[in-house]
Amino acid sequence: MTFKIIVCAKQVPDTNVIKINPKTGTLMREGVPSILNHDDANALEEALKVKDQHPDTTITVITMGPPQAKDLLIECLAKGADEGILVSDRAVGGSDTWATSNVLAAAIHKIGDYDLIFAGRQAIDGDTAQVGPQLAEKLDVPQVTYVEEFKIDDNMKDITVKRAMEDGYELIGIQTPCVLTAIKELNTPRYMFISGIFSAKNKPLHVWSAKDIEVDLEIVGLEASPTNVFRSFTPAPKGKGLMLEGDTQQEVVQKLLIGLKGKHVV
Amino acid sequence: MNFQLTKEQEFVRKMVREFAKNEVEPIAADIDKEHRFPVETIEKMAKYGLLGVPFPTEFGGAGGDQMSYAITVEELSRVCASTGVICSAHTSLCCWPIFAWGTDEQKAKYLPNLLSGKHLGAFGLTEPNAGTDAGGQQTRAVDGGDHWLLNGAKVFITNGGYAEIFVVMAMTDKKKGTRGGITAFIVEKSDEGFSIGKTEDKMGICASSTTELIFQNCKIPKDRILGTVGEGFKVAMSTLDGGRIGIASQALGIAQGAFDVTVDYMKSRKQFGKKLSQMEALQFEVANMATQIEAARLLIYQAADMKDKHLNYGPKSAMAKLFAAETAMYVTTKCVQLHGGYGYTKDYPVERMMRDAKITEIYEGTSEVQKIVIAANVFGK
Repeated sequence: MTFKIIVCAKQVPDTNVIKINPKTGTLMREGVPSILNHDDANALEEALKVKDQHPDTTITVITMGPPQAKDLLIECLAKGADEGILVSDRAVGGSDTWATSNVLAAAIHKIGDYDLIFAGRQAIDGDTAQVGPQLAEKLDVPQVTYVEEFKIDDNMKDITVKRAMEDGYELIGIQTPCVLTAIKELNTPRYMFISGIFSAKNKPLHVWSAKDIEVDLEIVGLEASPTNVFRSFTPAPKGKGLMLEGDTQQEVVQKLLIGLKGKHVV
Repeated sequence: MNFQLTKEQEFVRKMVREFAKNEVEPIAADIDKEHRFPVETIEKMAKYGLLGVPFPTEFGGAGGDQMSYAITVEELSRVCASTGVICSAHTSLCCWPIFAWGTDEQKAKYLPNLLSGKHLGAFGLTEPNAGTDAGGQQTRAVDGGDHWLLNGAKVFITNGGYAEIFVVMAMTDKKKGTRGGITAFIVEKSDEGFSIGKTEDKMGICASSTTELIFQNCKIPKDRILGTVGEGFKVAMSTLDGGRIGIASQALGIAQGAFDVTVDYMKSRKQFGKKLSQMEALQFEVANMATQIEAARLLIYQAADMKDKHLNYGPKSAMAKLFAAETAMYVTTKCVQLHGGYGYTKDYPVERMMRDAKITEIYEGTSEVQKIVIAANVFGK
């Protein structure tokens, strides 16, 4: 039986290049190359690894974005995904995380059956980490976020994941169908294959409108989004830290207390 | 006329650039210093199809075109010219003649392993006394009934020490000479009487393997002739026409790589209270370099495009190679100058790039040979 994986991916501006307009507080996207969001590349890679092990696996990559987001899907197909779906419609433009997950949930309903949904933890342009979890809620399937290790049993049903925590990890057993969000520790993404680049055009790549996915237009797009970006800014760099030295712990603590008292912190 | 790359060609550039940045650039200085052939990189290149770019998938190639191949060599050479030439010599000088001149049996036997990168290929034409004068071949092949017997030596063979398959020229009829007297053979590394001789200690492209090939009563089965008996010079010359696209791309990559690091350097280096990038005299140097690099790129892409369209691209690839090689030498020399004393040290990559650039004016036809080809096309042969 075919094991069906859906990978959610987003085309984002390359944050190594992007700058913020200090006056308007908006991203200056002009001339900035678009890339496959880093965590999403990890999500795709893990799906591809499942396919390497179990050739009877199909991988569908889904993204929402403007027409040029097709490039991201071609990149995923060139790495080994089987099918790409772009949801592109002015009606869904400007969606925040809530509205975006409504769109993705509707599109996944249209796709039909699936065993596993892999998404990246978060996108480097918004850093919200909300779309994956919201999607799981709306599809009413269990979820594990911050996945740094993934193992699937040969029965293709039982999954064990290691979930990264700030101070350790959780080992979680979960069954398909479910949503997992990937972090960079999960794997090292592969490159496109040259043969994959030239054969990508032979693989299905669909562009769906809001109408195609039969989504309620009241819950998608800018108007329907409960959150708005107020302002973007580059945080001012912190000042240099102060290293305290001393022969004994007591001496160092004493110096610290003097310093803190001097600044009226304690 | 269309100067836009196709979507596929753009993706090839993106892929190879990422690959080069992550896998090739970090070790480029070390493998140059150690004169170490980067076996690990070649394995990775094989995995992703970089050793069979312009060949159809039915033979195990990537299904790409000459333009994508040129882009591949360019992007590799931007960070490491040694890695670039390993790819170029393998693809243009061994895979291509077997693809273009081989019988169905030869193609089926050799191409899948070569194009998948399982086997590396090399090409043997140059001899101690037959460089530019390729017709002066002293390696002899004598008909031994059910086999050919090869005796002689080849020098300066790129990939020599690591190749499994060699396309080798030998004289089969001295009286006929160049036209009709030379025959092309496919030689396997394990062939009896075949061995690898001296490894050259070179000025540049130090991580590539450049060796002698030695034939001592080397027995080659009859079905290993590429083309027909006496057609070897044609095989060699048509191979080199395509090889020039590869070496021109290597030269372009070296120039572009040196240019990029120099522009970055100029943006941070301050003298007399100003960044180098703010000094007009130096800006003019950069403008000249940028223009030459772009002109070289256009010539190369035009030659590659003509080859893809099966047009007569020989004179164009000679122009591309001549101009790109001179550009590489000009640009890298300037880049060292713009770095000042730092540029002369091995702490900065432009020193390596300048050493690497020189060979592009010499191998696969010196600049002088390119001029002979170009002039012959102007005045008629």
